[in-house]
Amino acid sequence: MTIFLQNARLIDPEALSETTGNVVIDNGRIAAIGDMSAPADAEVIDCGGKCLAPGIVDLGVKIGEPGERHMESFRSAALAAAAGGVTTIVARPDTASAIDTPETLEFVRRRAADAPVRILHMAALTKGRDGQEMTEIGFLKDAGAVAFTDVARVSDQTKVLQRAFTYAASLGVLVIGHPQEPGLSKGAAVTSGKFASLRGLPGVSPMAERMGLERDLALVEMTGLAYHADQITTAKALPALKRAKEAGLDVTAGVSIHHLTLNALDVGDYRTFFKLTPPLRDEEDRLAVIEAVAEGLIDVICSMHTPADEESKRLPFEEAASGAVGLETILPAAMRLYHSGQLSLPQLFRGLALNPAKRLGLPQGRLAEGAPADLVLFDPDAPFVLDRFKLRSKSKNTPFDTSRMEGKTLATFVSGVQVYRNNNDL
Amino acid sequence: MAFRPRHLLGIEHLSPEDIRTVLDLAEEYVDLNRRTVKKTDALEGMTQINMFFENSTRTQASFELAGKRLGADVMNMAMQTSSVKKGETLIDTALTLNAMHPDLLVVRHGSSGAVDLLAQKVECAVINAGDGKHEHPTQALLDALTIRREKGRIQRLTVAICGDVAHSRVARSNLILLGKMENRVRLIAPPTLMPSGVAEFGCEVYDDMREGLRDADVVMMLRLQKERMDGGFIPSEREYFHRYGLDAEKLAYAKDDAIVMHPGPMNRGVEIDGTIADDINRSVIQEQVEMGVAVRMAVMDLLARNLRADRGRALNEGTYV
Repeated sequence: MTIFLQNARLIDPEALSETTGNVVIDNGRIAAIGDMSAPADAEVIDCGGKCLAPGIVDLGVKIGEPGERHMESFRSAALAAAAGGVTTIVARPDTASAIDTPETLEFVRRRAADAPVRILHMAALTKGRDGQEMTEIGFLKDAGAVAFTDVARVSDQTKVLQRAFTYAASLGVLVIGHPQEPGLSKGAAVTSGKFASLRGLPGVSPMAERMGLERDLALVEMTGLAYHADQITTAKALPALKRAKEAGLDVTAGVSIHHLTLNALDVGDYRTFFKLTPPLRDEEDRLAVIEAVAEGLIDVICSMHTPADEESKRLPFEEAASGAVGLETILPAAMRLYHSGQLSLPQLFRGLALNPAKRLGLPQGRLAEGAPADLVLFDPDAPFVLDRFKLRSKSKNTPFDTSRMEGKTLATFVSGVQVYRNNNDL
Repeated sequence: MAFRPRHLLGIEHLSPEDIRTVLDLAEEYVDLNRRTVKKTDALEGMTQINMFFENSTRTQASFELAGKRLGADVMNMAMQTSSVKKGETLIDTALTLNAMHPDLLVVRHGSSGAVDLLAQKVECAVINAGDGKHEHPTQALLDALTIRREKGRIQRLTVAICGDVAHSRVARSNLILLGKMENRVRLIAPPTLMPSGVAEFGCEVYDDMREGLRDADVVMMLRLQKERMDGGFIPSEREYFHRYGLDAEKLAYAKDDAIVMHPGPMNRGVEIDGTIADDINRSVIQEQVEMGVAVRMAVMDLLARNLRADRGRALNEGTYV
């Protein structure tokens, strides 16, 4: 089946350019881009000059299967993703029992098979994510794990990590670390500083991120591992990242959309929907990290989608669960950076789509002839007020509830199939 | 009279005018409390529930006495032995109590922000009797009353707050109150017990006690919790007393008429020398306890007036449920 997308503002993250033109989708791929007219018997969609970009590849999404399906199922996550312009979910292994055996991995792959968007799976680096013994990295790789990570649980057993990194490097797999010094960040609910002191909340110094990153980078240098830091959120960690990249280590880094758009003060009067891991940072850090995304020092922008039910958030701040949902809000949140003039649309989609796909060796993330037709059509200017109860995720823990936002998904295509269409606006 | 707040969750939410109103009314209750017959009918027919999720003898007794002297029916909930142990969440506990129609809820909780959370879910007036490391507003108000009575004013004084500032809700509330009333506040603590970023609050930060005490009008000592004494935050109890314990030699750096305060309970020989604590010319520690009852009576009286006014308004508008 052939689809003709006409009169679109084409966002090309590879060339870092914006042009106006048409796109022909045929057989699940982008067949042509340019000024051509519609092929015979193609379905024509008039984009009305709105933006067409490669679909978002969201690296690090938590789905509640197995164990916490009431918080998020593969189905609810995929519907949320399609509505949010996310065409590839890279699912995290920090489920209620960790995805740390080929059997569990096979279970989630089966559960995810019918989803309308692509779902890839990561596996734990150590058994139970306990940081004591490495998982069956070889078997898990064969079973389809695209990367290995213990997510936010950081091992203080450096020897174990050294062995796991060495073993993983020999198999050529990607390991995703959470740069954080585990002792220093223990028990922290917010970033230390004036606000934490005023609110009487236990804080962690932003320096803990740099210390964690430096350790991981030293291990990468020892082992030759392909390493991705899940979230770099502080200015102090950036020079270490830069040095590692300049030294030629196989290192990339990401940041969550929340750390790019919110800061520590947003917690306000103990609002638990703003409790994240790592905690929100000071404004200077947020600005430094945006700058690093613009320069390309930070490669990936992700949602760090972390569903949490009402009960786990309706608690005193220290006791409340950490994390926020983001699949449906990553695009409008990213538009804040576009409207503020801090990042261009191609720069944003370089972080949202191109770089994460490249890091995982996927053909997605590009707006080019021959690339898979995983696309999002969106209006960057369409305003709305977010109502969290309208989110498709089973969990409604978004920090953007009642926020004024701009940027609506109009349609989402996966492999040339339209998986979402916003009939009100398109 | 300008006092309008519905709850007393922290000093942060009070204006200087609110603070003055509380202190002025408290003065009247100080006089009442010194009479043989100490009862009024300000809270007649009202129900006050004390919910202490953390152990407390002094504060709970002070609130209980304050409520009873105002004529309220006072109930103490022993939260350590209650349904909280059976896994009930804070909000469910609050809703359960709310259904019993209390008028005043006095809450102490170990987590910062827990009292704010609870106040969002109930229809009565909530008084924060200490939440985690956040605030303890009635302590700051009673300290202010004590200072005002001793010094004749609560402006343009130099107040040194010494000890475990990092873990102290008393220090936070006092810092905010004294700042709002335009005093010069100094914080004195070993750097491990000083909260980060605190210099941005507009106070002076010292780790040398003698420097910090120089020419102070008021010396406010804080309690050092037993569990913080060994190794973790400070090397030892005796080294702490040597460097940060208040004794005659260090107190000599303050003004000759400086007063010494302590929120209690004291660790004699750890943060304060026994002879200083007992020196009736310097120590106002007993007076603080007395002011505590009066200030809590004033706060509850004012909140009850607002509660009545709110309900009266709702009744007129037909929205009272």
